[in-house]
Amino acid sequence: MLTAQNVSVARAGVMVLVGVSFHLTAGRALILRGPNGAGKTTLLRAVAGLQPLAGGSLNGGEDDIAYGAHSDGVKPTLTVAENLTFWAQIYGTHLTAPAMAAMQMETLANRRAGQLSAGQKRRLGLARILVTGRKIWVLDEPTVSLDAASVALFGAAVQAHLAAGGAALIATHIDLGFAAGVLDITPFRADAHAPVLSGQFDEAFL
Amino acid sequence: MRALLLRDLRLAFRAGGGFGLSLAFFLMVAVIVPLGVGPAPATLALIAAGVLWVGALLAALLSLDRIFALDYEDGSLDLLATSPLPLGGVVAMKALAHWLTTGLPLVAASPILAVLLNLPTQGYVWLLVSLAIGTPALSIIGAFGASLTVGLKRGGLLLGLLVLPLYIPTLIFGAEVVKSGAEGASIGTPLAALAAITAGAWAGLPLAAAMAIRANLR
Repeated sequence: MLTAQNVSVARAGVMVLVGVSFHLTAGRALILRGPNGAGKTTLLRAVAGLQPLAGGSLNGGEDDIAYGAHSDGVKPTLTVAENLTFWAQIYGTHLTAPAMAAMQMETLANRRAGQLSAGQKRRLGLARILVTGRKIWVLDEPTVSLDAASVALFGAAVQAHLAAGGAALIATHIDLGFAAGVLDITPFRADAHAPVLSGQFDEAFL
Repeated sequence: MRALLLRDLRLAFRAGGGFGLSLAFFLMVAVIVPLGVGPAPATLALIAAGVLWVGALLAALLSLDRIFALDYEDGSLDLLATSPLPLGGVVAMKALAHWLTTGLPLVAASPILAVLLNLPTQGYVWLLVSLAIGTPALSIIGAFGASLTVGLKRGGLLLGLLVLPLYIPTLIFGAEVVKSGAEGASIGTPLAALAAITAGAWAGLPLAAAMAIRANLR
């Protein structure tokens, strides 16, 4: 579904990762591991299309990716249901109710998102991923501020997604409780003084 | 697209959304200027068109940084940029929502404020027309400026410096329409120029703003 060949990514004009390759097939999850600052977020943002690659190529998945960032994109003055319905409309799906059920948010549906706890807000952010109906989930530390029960809930949602023929690329530090391939990106870390390879002149100034 | 417009309108009307702030600011400007220049009706009539247009300009400027800054802070902008919506469309919808919540109420309130500033009566209709045609340009030009400063902390002042010069043509032709209209002179040329600026800005700037946002999100 998604193939990365020899991908290099840069952040603020400094090479972060060089020569990362992986292959994501339907029904499989790939866990990204690496210490803080290793470049997991940068790699995921590049996969999601938010920043250009400094080298290599990504194939497949252009219109199949649902990206979940550190922040949930939740509007505090809208209710849980309004937040989810908005994203369902953006992606043209009607998955609000199943997504709320999967993340056990039905009882919170009419609560304003600003009144949710950090963990509940995170669950709302994950329900947003479910609502997109996209095949490839690209998630950046999805379990931050979740308790053990919610992590299990999230694990079940990912497994259901994989069983339905989806795929997931997840950066995390914890064990999510299901079988998945692991890609440790530490060996791909770039020399901190390496220059940006391609001719993206503006990267150097950002 | 429509979902985004409705969401932005809903956010504007909810607590802390800032709806009405620009309108209140516009009102304050119109009330304060006569206190500053003195209440002589002849003086006020002379400067009314300019003051109302400058007031509209500043009122629009006041709420510009909200267009993208809030979505940037809570991560929505990243998610919108990776959504199926074209980013140029996102910019256009957000600018439209900005106009509906700040520009349109301003247009509706302008005749009342014109009374305060003693605008000659035949100028009222041209005030309404020029604001209705000109304020959409303020919103889209402002959205372009906001897209350049998205991600900057305390970018509000920089945004003002960037955007105000771009507002000058709209201000000149908008105030000219009102002034000529109030004097009963021909308003064809400035009105056409005003409409052309608005149409051109809406045609080109959404795409330019989308590119600026993409660069700023990297």
